[in-house]
Amino acid sequence: MKKKLFALMMAMTMTVSLAACGGGKTETPAPSTETPAASGEAGGTFKLGTIGPLTGDAAIYGQAVANGAKIAVDEINAAGGAIQFEFQSQDDVADGETSVNAYNKLMDWGMQVMVGPTTTGASIAVSDKVYADRTIMLTPSASSPDVTAGKDNVFQVCFTDPNQGTGSADYISDNMTGAKVAVIYRNDDAYSQGIRDTFVAEAAAKGLEVVYEGTFTADTSTDFSVQLTAAQSAGADTVFLPIYYQPASVILTQAAAMNYAPTFFGVDGMDGILTMEGFDNSLAEGVMLLTPFSADAEDARTQNFVKAYQAAYGDIPNQFAADAYDGVYIMKAALEAAGCTADMSSADICEAVVSVMTTISVDGLTGQGMTWSADGAVSKAPMAVVIKDGVYVTP
Amino acid sequence: MEFLSYLISGVSLGSVYAIIALGYTMVYGIAKMLNFAHGDIIMVGGYISFCAMSYLGLPGWLATLLAMAVCTVLGIVIEGLAYKPLRSAPSLAVLITAIGVSYFLQNSALLIWKAAPKVYQPVVSGSLTLFGGQLSVPYASVLTMAACLVIMAALTLFISKSKMGKAMRACSEDKGAAQLMGINVNATISTTFAIGSALAAVAGVLLCTSYPTLQPTTGSMPGIKAFTAAVFGGIGSIPGAFLGGLLLGVIEAMAKAYISTNLANSIVFAVLIVVLLVKPAGLLGKYVPEKV
Amino acid sequence: MKNLHMKKYTRTNLLTYLGVIAAFVVMNMLSASGSLSRSLTGQLVPICCYMSMAVSLNLTVGILGELSLGHAGFMSVGAFSGIVAAMSLQSAIPSAPLRLVIAMAVGAAAAALAGLVVGTPVLRLRGDYLAIVTLAFGEIIKELVNCLLVGYDSKGLHVLFNLSGNKSVADLGLEPGGLAIIKGAQGATGTATIATFTAGFVLVLVTLFVVLNLKHSRAGRAIMALRDNAIAAESVGLNITKYKMMAFVTSAALAGAAGALYGLNFSSLQATKFNFNTSILVLVFVVLGGLGNIWGSLIAAAALTVLPELLRAFSDYRMLVYAVVLILVMLTTNNPTLKSFFGRFKPGKSHGKEAA
Repeated sequence: MKKKLFALMMAMTMTVSLAACGGGKTETPAPSTETPAASGEAGGTFKLGTIGPLTGDAAIYGQAVANGAKIAVDEINAAGGAIQFEFQSQDDVADGETSVNAYNKLMDWGMQVMVGPTTTGASIAVSDKVYADRTIMLTPSASSPDVTAGKDNVFQVCFTDPNQGTGSADYISDNMTGAKVAVIYRNDDAYSQGIRDTFVAEAAAKGLEVVYEGTFTADTSTDFSVQLTAAQSAGADTVFLPIYYQPASVILTQAAAMNYAPTFFGVDGMDGILTMEGFDNSLAEGVMLLTPFSADAEDARTQNFVKAYQAAYGDIPNQFAADAYDGVYIMKAALEAAGCTADMSSADICEAVVSVMTTISVDGLTGQGMTWSADGAVSKAPMAVVIKDGVYVTP
Repeated sequence: MEFLSYLISGVSLGSVYAIIALGYTMVYGIAKMLNFAHGDIIMVGGYISFCAMSYLGLPGWLATLLAMAVCTVLGIVIEGLAYKPLRSAPSLAVLITAIGVSYFLQNSALLIWKAAPKVYQPVVSGSLTLFGGQLSVPYASVLTMAACLVIMAALTLFISKSKMGKAMRACSEDKGAAQLMGINVNATISTTFAIGSALAAVAGVLLCTSYPTLQPTTGSMPGIKAFTAAVFGGIGSIPGAFLGGLLLGVIEAMAKAYISTNLANSIVFAVLIVVLLVKPAGLLGKYVPEKV
Repeated sequence: MKNLHMKKYTRTNLLTYLGVIAAFVVMNMLSASGSLSRSLTGQLVPICCYMSMAVSLNLTVGILGELSLGHAGFMSVGAFSGIVAAMSLQSAIPSAPLRLVIAMAVGAAAAALAGLVVGTPVLRLRGDYLAIVTLAFGEIIKELVNCLLVGYDSKGLHVLFNLSGNKSVADLGLEPGGLAIIKGAQGATGTATIATFTAGFVLVLVTLFVVLNLKHSRAGRAIMALRDNAIAAESVGLNITKYKMMAFVTSAALAGAAGALYGLNFSSLQATKFNFNTSILVLVFVVLGGLGNIWGSLIAAAALTVLPELLRAFSDYRMLVYAVVLILVMLTTNNPTLKSFFGRFKPGKSHGKEAA
């Protein structure tokens, strides 16, 4: 039910944005003449770059992106198709300035296509340069609409924040009637605040009752007992956590310690909580989340990816790694569809890829039949799952 | 009842700050340096005890001892390699070196233990239920508070009674004069670092027990907060660090509960500013007027 | 005697200006001939900002002798007020360079005001207590900016403080077509990047001009007298508060101008950028360049900004190597034997009274 509604919504936004694009200034060659005819010519070794925080606070996300992309590149190169990649990842410490430096460094290296950056703030800073330079940019994980806004050559692999905020509010109001919701979000993080804003707006529209809102910042992310006590005394039976899994793990532990057991509802940032080393999975029992990726999925591609990732890096991949892995395959599909060859300049590749991005459809780990609208957002169905006995189960 | 529960959160957080602040204040009192790497030693202590418990299966107390031993050695090595050559250098040079050491520890931890956050196995778990279930006090908080009191009492005793403690006080008053009286200043400062680092390891275990997550930057924010706490109570003063830490935690919890979760940190810092304006050397610090 | 002394520092100042101008000309020539890597070209504006930050902090730490751990706070005030000015004047003033100048002036003014507010209580304290209070103000500024929502439409500016954590851009009540300039934690996004290297160069020159002139003026000598011995200075009738404030506010204003330029160089900027670590970074430039040594600050700022980029070859070990380099540099520059060697190249003297 939910999926259908979602798909309908996405289809509508897509149509609208496609229509809007028709009048836009970008020279879009008719897809019908370009795509099928050219696909045979694509080939050569392209230089592909990623950017993400490999050090610092957010290193977990950047490393996942770099590792996920590396696995995809190795697979593609080992398969020996017409398109091969030369790969480089650069560190940006999740900082806009350093990210632009990293991007320039990659351009000095001769990068032709980019799967990155990882974090939202850095991606917005880089997307501005990318737009001026005409380089194709596909960010695996920067989820704010500001990343793609007004830039025809910037695309996303992950859901946008509004998409997740509304999706969560809709899900809760449709399936958990009469829920009293508390929101605990990180007030100095663009991702968290972005989802919270759209969640609260949609909750108001749907008549969902938000009884408490608590925030924290990077500086106060050690102790959540005050927010939890306040949520409990406000009578909240559902706690919405639009945050990453690390603070979420602390929240779950502290709630258990104070015998507070509401339904916790997370978004894609929550994915990864079950794979945290040392985490007691029973604490996450009954936690619901919207996620595009599950490392436990049974399909062969996910299994292979998880196996390769574990062999190479010793960790279980999270959705960032899966998004980056998909990003490389999406880039490959786009290059094939556009008929790009490795001797083309990054600007020529960019124009060619932009013209086919809205026509391709890619099956990946994080979604089947992913398509893109001209404004850069991806269309794929988020999956609401509940954690039972340490695995994701569709409710 | 909610008020009590907020108060307990605050006291529990405050005792963690207090233990860290004790280490900060000791090193400052004797070596007259702001050791910004102190927070990162806490992180190392956390990781060592994590590894000891998760990989070697050691019990909590043994893991804590192991972490203390490793951190003590680490503290002495850092002091010998990075700070000792700068004994006569301007204090800002030492400050910058300490920041370099902090970067070094964080990035080494990133390479050794990787970026993925680890979930810490609490040394104690469960909670004490009072008033028929209306109020619950985690045992971790009880342990932290008790440890904090014991450490403070032991430190005070050590500083005031033992021979080494006397040497430390002498060094803190006047290094030159202490040397003339036959005190080995270098050894005294090294001992101070050793004790400070061992305390940091204990703080690491307790911090991670109460807030069970561990990553390479875990120590830096509590480190800065504890530094604030130490100044709050009067830097160099051991009871001051205890009081400062406790107050800081309580103010933070109360600000979160009754004013704004957004500005909790700002409120803590604003209170600090006001206190320093009224008492320029902190709550229990000695104000030494400038002499001509 | 007096003439000779005058000549010595005038010559140093002249050389500093000439050095900066020469560097600007060389960089422009290299850039025009295409031999400058993109990586370096992209860093030119941030380097100018950091140079300006370092020189302005040197005024507080080196010349006034008070340790400030919250300099990034003033940069933040300047950056966000500059962005607001530049974005809201977009239609009124179409000329980008003019808008940039106005934004930098607004940034400087706002930061000066913040400097005045912060300086009044801070400068009554001494040493480490002063340092921690500047740190506290830096953190408070960061959290306040984090709660700031600013939008612009035909009715003018809309400003809202999201203190309770439940307001968003929608609460600003912007007209359709209105522009959300600062969106709380999401920061300023979609900023038109109008900063140029030339503007950075002018900023560095202005900063140098202000700081060097202040240093060698009557007021500057009074400030240094305060640093060396406050009681003696007071006893000969110097107004301590006035001179301390003068140095502190000037320093804040220059940091604000640098912040505005920095903010307008990137299309996205979050309040968390200007945290304790950024303050420390600038302090490292100052200490490494030598307290009170202006051209040392310039060189240290440029070198340490480029260094992490040069270390990219070390990939995962990059920041580790950076830390080791930092420690080793501090150890060697403070080594007594080497110090006498380096001392010959230092025109400015680092004086005894530092805070920490």
